[in-house]
Parts: sequence; structure tokens; C-alpha cells
Amino acid sequence: MNETSQYYNGFGGLPVDISTHGWQIDKLFYSVHILMILLFVGWLSFLIYTLIKFRQRPGHKAEYNPVKTKLGSYLEVGVALVEVSLLVFLAVPAWKAAKTLRPTGSNVVQVRVVAEQFAWNIHFPGKDGVFGNTKVELVDIDNPLGLDPEDPASKDDIFTINDLHLPIDRPIYIKLTSKDVIHNFYVPVLRVKQDAVPGMVYPVIFQAKQTGSFDIACAQLCGLGHYRMKGAITMETEDDFQTWLSENAPSI
Amino acid sequence: MSDHNHEHHLPFWRKYIFSVDHKVIGIQYGLTALTFLFFGFCLIMMLRWQLAFPGKEVPGFGWLFKNSGGIMPPEFYNQLGAMHGTIMVFLGVVPLAVGAFGNYLMPLQIGAPDMAFPKLNMMSYWVNLVGGVLMLASFFAPGGAASSGWTSYPPLSVIATTGQTMWLLSMVFLITSSLLGSINFITTIVLMRAKGLSFMKMPFFVWAQFITAFLLLLAFPPLEGAAILQLMDRVAGTSFFLPTGLVVGGEALAVSGGGNAILWQHLFWFLAHPEVYVLILPAMGIVAEIIACNTRKPLYGYRSLVYAALFLGFMSFVVWAHHMFLTGMGTFMSNFFMVTTMIISIPSIIILTVLIISLWGGSIRFNVPTLFAVAFLPMFGLGGLTGLPLGFNATDIHLHDTYYVIGHFHYVVAPGTIFALFAGIYHWFPKLTGRQMNSFLGKLHFWPSLLFMNGIFMPMLAYGAAGVSRRLYDPTVYAHAQPVQWMNVVMSISAWSLAVAQLPFIINFFYSIFKGKKVQENPWEATTLEWAAPSPPPHGNFATEPVVYRGPYEYSVPGAPKDFSPQFQKES
Repeated sequence: MNETSQYYNGFGGLPVDISTHGWQIDKLFYSVHILMILLFVGWLSFLIYTLIKFRQRPGHKAEYNPVKTKLGSYLEVGVALVEVSLLVFLAVPAWKAAKTLRPTGSNVVQVRVVAEQFAWNIHFPGKDGVFGNTKVELVDIDNPLGLDPEDPASKDDIFTINDLHLPIDRPIYIKLTSKDVIHNFYVPVLRVKQDAVPGMVYPVIFQAKQTGSFDIACAQLCGLGHYRMKGAITMETEDDFQTWLSENAPSI
Repeated sequence: MSDHNHEHHLPFWRKYIFSVDHKVIGIQYGLTALTFLFFGFCLIMMLRWQLAFPGKEVPGFGWLFKNSGGIMPPEFYNQLGAMHGTIMVFLGVVPLAVGAFGNYLMPLQIGAPDMAFPKLNMMSYWVNLVGGVLMLASFFAPGGAASSGWTSYPPLSVIATTGQTMWLLSMVFLITSSLLGSINFITTIVLMRAKGLSFMKMPFFVWAQFITAFLLLLAFPPLEGAAILQLMDRVAGTSFFLPTGLVVGGEALAVSGGGNAILWQHLFWFLAHPEVYVLILPAMGIVAEIIACNTRKPLYGYRSLVYAALFLGFMSFVVWAHHMFLTGMGTFMSNFFMVTTMIISIPSIIILTVLIISLWGGSIRFNVPTLFAVAFLPMFGLGGLTGLPLGFNATDIHLHDTYYVIGHFHYVVAPGTIFALFAGIYHWFPKLTGRQMNSFLGKLHFWPSLLFMNGIFMPMLAYGAAGVSRRLYDPTVYAHAQPVQWMNVVMSISAWSLAVAQLPFIINFFYSIFKGKKVQENPWEATTLEWAAPSPPPHGNFATEPVVYRGPYEYSVPGAPKDFSPQFQKES
């Protein structure tokens, strides 16, 4: 329980966030919930007051046209304005930070993640920074991604299964795809969630602020083993990451 | 009205089984749908055992899982989930809200002797039943029923077991049935309204059914097409939804490829979002009728209600991709669908506000229909409000496919629509049977149901916010799900208690059919046309063709002798 409770922020809260973009999502989440709670409590209080005040009883009669106020219209306009401002000032920038901005430069860590029933294949390009070619015909048990050994770029590539190590404080650019059905790459503490669709390669971009080891959860029903399609993502310091890379590099 | 005289000559099977009378068909739809609702609820009660106590032997049903020592296997869990969703939506709520309530009440409320196409109406029910039986039979297919979720996303659904083929065939029947029904509804409402019943004098329930029929007519064909395409992918070797280069279980899949997996999702959600309003509009219609009648005053803003519902129906066709924010869509598309989603929240708020303000100044009778109808308001309110963080694409990144989504749409459909349907059953039961349901048993049904509905879905929102995904056979596999596992126990116990809370309803329902208090044709002193017909109305409905003299909710008219002035009475 000690290890797991690091995720938990109390009843109704979002999990702990260790990403650089997540605060924007969280801010929107909590702001919308304030609006929701205000509206709900307002409605409910008005409803209960009305039900008591206008209950059927001797001497009380219904009125044909009792409401002259424009309060309803003001409420609707007010809600619309709040929604527009949440949309413009919070949602659009948060989506941009989480999904649109592609990190560039030599500092970016690139890695391929290929989902399959029911595991996450991790593929680092190695020292040359170039991913080796893969071909469907070459896929077998020893070569789950179908890496082409003829391709010189493939020689130094690094492969793991369900074990993704990445450095903190550097922009991460995952190229996500799937071999078979639709999966979803979900790391709650990184506020990262993206469908892995066969035939398509989608970017997953984030940057972490804290070290730690967390779960990669599959968030799209992918078959009977969906629930146990769990990977580990370890966010570590640059030194630890470099050590891990060299330990896992193929001996050429 | 000549049909009226023939009814005694009809043999039993023409009168009660293969009947063309909209009321008999409505009752057939109703009983079938209630049975499916109960069955769908049983499926989820079983599933909830696994969620509350993962890996423990299922009490009482261990014999089903002999091979796994009485523990539910994940393949069966997935079947339960997929079939619960499918049955509740396509065989439970829609046939009850549209097939039963729409069929029975709409012709009565517009003063028509029957539907425009009675035989088409009969066919619509029987096609629906074939679809339902096929769906149930799929549990006995090799590998069991469909297990790819009620959304049936390919490629998973294409490589699934035979049950999926039966699911697709069944969907083709169900959709055909809905199409036949919707054409009938539209024609009937446009052409067969009683003399004097202009569109703006129609009860809001008829408006709701009218808009619903358009949604069914326009939204279902894409899914029917998509279901046939997926069927071809499964049985004829096509690749509409299968991209090139699929490798399943280490083997390259022998398909031509070149398809697109996301295409299905567009076709599916193009139906399934309007479908949400198919589920909710008739419920709003029922609630509006019951509130007007039991506050003894007109609805506040009938016109805004109608315009808001029309706008809602229109907008429901341009929001579908908010279910797909994480399928890799670009920023522009994503923002477009976020904006349309925020726009559609406005008419929903208008409808809710109008219904709440309608209570102001009334003389509210707290009978059982009123309790359910009034409870609908905050429950649907919660369902609508929790849609906001899902409609914002940024928060959806975290909440997508978590239990927050499940909590959200169940608030709309379960304590929302189903409460409205219960309200409708209690309200119109006297019209169907000439007898009233027991009020004490009704309250015994209402209060625990309200409590346990919230016991299920309130923790579910928190459980989802904590990041737990839906459709997990054993969520405790994940570290972030362990601190919130206790909520699963609360939800499951609430679900089983909710089942117990339905016993008073079931007893009341059957008891009242035979022994309920006998009442006259208009026991609630209501104003709309169905109360002009005898209870139960005979074949052909009205003894004399009704004429409409005024709007639908003329209650407590100043200077009138009584506190209600029916549409069908010349002098009030």
C-alpha cells in the first residue's frame, strides 16, 4: 500500500502528476468541477426549496403564469460564457501542450513503442539515432517486431518488452503503433493517453519532472488479456538512463 | 373508426400476438424491453462480483465456470460487459422509450385511431424480437457471445469468435426495426393529428418522439451499413477495417489489408451519439408531461422546450467525434468537436432549467410518478454536467475510457432515463389497465432506488478520476487502482441492493394488473388527449373522433371552473 499510495490524491482527486504539461489538464479538470458543483448545488437547492414551498396542501393553489423572471436566460448565458472561457483559456492551450507541440533538437529522446496482444514492445534506435527497418514477413518469436538484419541502422537498436526506461527533464517523443488490434498507451501520472492503432504511427510527447517507476496501462479493450497488458515505465536521471542504455545495447 | 367494430371478430392470435393495434404492439415492446432490461441488469450484477472480489469464486454461479474452478474467466467477463451494454441500449431502453411509450401513447396523444402503417408497426416489433433472440442465442455460439465491447471496435471484433457475427446480424435486425418504426412515427405525427392539433399544441412528449424518430431515421443507416461491412470483413474476406500488415499472435493475418480501423469508429459514433439523445429525449418528454400534470400549472416556456429539443436533435449529428479525441485526430478536428460539444450543452441546460422552473408556482402532488420525474432532474443534471470534462479534449486525455465515462453516461441513462421510464409506467398504468399501481409499494421502490443508484455511480466518478480504466477484468493489477479498490465493493453492493429495490416494483406491477384500484379514464385529471379515451382504449382508440381546442397544458386557467381544461373539451 505504501508504494501504491504515491499515486493517490484522495477521494475524487486525480492521481499525482509528474509531467511538465499535466498541470494544465489538472487545472481545467478542477475548474470545470467547480463550475459543475456550483451549478449542481444551485439547481438542487432551488429544486428542493421549490418542492417544499409549492407542495400541494389545503388552501394552496397553483398559479397559471407565476414566473416573470428572466433568471433562466441569464443563467444560460452565464454558463455559456464560463464554458467559452474555459475552452479558450484552458482547454485549447492544454491540448496544444499535450498533443500538438512536436519537440525538436538533439535533446529529444526518441523511442518506438509497438503494442501487441498483450505486451508493449520497446524499440530504441541506439547510438546512431536511426531506427532499423522492420518488415511484417520477418516477424517471429525471436524477432517480434520483424527487424531487418540487413539494414545497417538496425545493428545497434535496443529492444525490451514491457520495460521502458526514460530520462527525466528531457523531452520524450514516443512513436506509437500497434501490430494487431487497437490498444491505448496510458500512464496516469504522466497525463499521457493515446490510442495505438495498427497501420498508423502516432506521437506521444511528454517530459517528466520526477524519477520513479510506474505502470503503463492499456486503456482500450484489446482482448481477454487486456487487463494484464501492463508495462513498466521507469523515469530516471540522465546518468541512470545512459547506464541502462549501455547495459541493454546489443554487443556488436 | 370502422375497425372498432371488427375487434370482437379477431381470433386470439390476431388480437394479442400478431396484432396491428399500436397499443398491443406497444405493450409487446414494453414487456419484451422490461425483460431485456432485467436480463441486462443480471449480466452486470454478475460482472460486478468479479470487480469487487477479483479472482474469487462466483457464489451460486460457480458451475458455469467448471474449467476455472468457479472463477469467472476473462473471456466471459468481456462477454458480460459487451452484452450488458448492447442489451441495455438496443434491447432495453430504446425499445421501452420509443417502441413501448412512443407506440402506445403517441397516437393517443395526437387523437389518431392507430399508426399510419399498422402492419409496418407489427413488423417492426417482430423484427426487433428476432434481433433480440439472436442476441441472446449468441451466448451459445462457439466461444460465447460478442466480447469486444458494445462498441465492437475492429480489428479486435473482426478477429473475435463467432458470437461477433451473431452480434452483427442481430444489429442489422434491430436497426431495421428502428427504421421501420421511425418512418411510421414521422408519418403518423405529420398526417394523423386530430382536428385542431397544430404542431405547437402537441404535448411535448409527441415532440420528443418526433425528433427522436428523425434521429433514428438519419443516424441508424450508417451503422447498418457499417455492421454489414464488418460482417463482410469477418465472413467474406474483405478488409474495410483492416489495415495492411496485421500480425496477430506472431502470425501475419491472411487478409488483403488496405482498410482503416478508425473508419468503423466514425460510422459507429455517427449513430451512437444521436443515439444518446434517442435515449434521453423521450425521457424528457415523459418528465414534462408528468410535471405539468402534477404541478397543476402549464409548463414554463413550452416553446423554448420545443426549440431547444429541435436544436439538440440537430446538433447531435455534429458532435460524434468527441468519443474519439485519442484516436490520433488532429488539433483542428479535435477543437471543432470540442466546440460543438460545448454548444450542445446549452440546449440541454435550457431543457433542464425550463423543467425545474416549471415547478415554481405549482401545487405539487407528490405521487409516485412525480417522485421519479422530479428525481430525474438532478440525476440527469449530474449526467449532463459530468459530460463537460469529457467534452473538453484536454481533460479527456486523462478521463477517456476511465470509469468517469461510465459514471457519466449511466447518470444520464440509469437514474436519468430509466427513472423517467418508471415515472411513465406509474403515470400511464391506469390508461393501460384501468387500474392504479399501489402507491406505498411505489415509494418503497423509489427511495431505495434513488439511494442505490447514487451508491453505484457517485463512487464510479471518483474511481474514474483516479485513473482506473473501464473493461478491466482485474483492475487491482494496476498500482493506481489499488487504493480505490474499496469503491468497487461499495458499487457492487449498491448494484445488488438496487436489484432488491426492484422487487416492490415487480410485485406491484403484476399485483396491480389484476388487483389494483379501479379508476376512471382520467384519474390524474390531466389535459392531454390520451385521457379522453376509455381505459384501456379499445381498438380504434376513441369513441368519437376528438377535436382539439387548446394547448396541451392548460391547468389552473384563471376563471375556469376546474383546475384543468382538457384539450378535448370545448368549454373549460
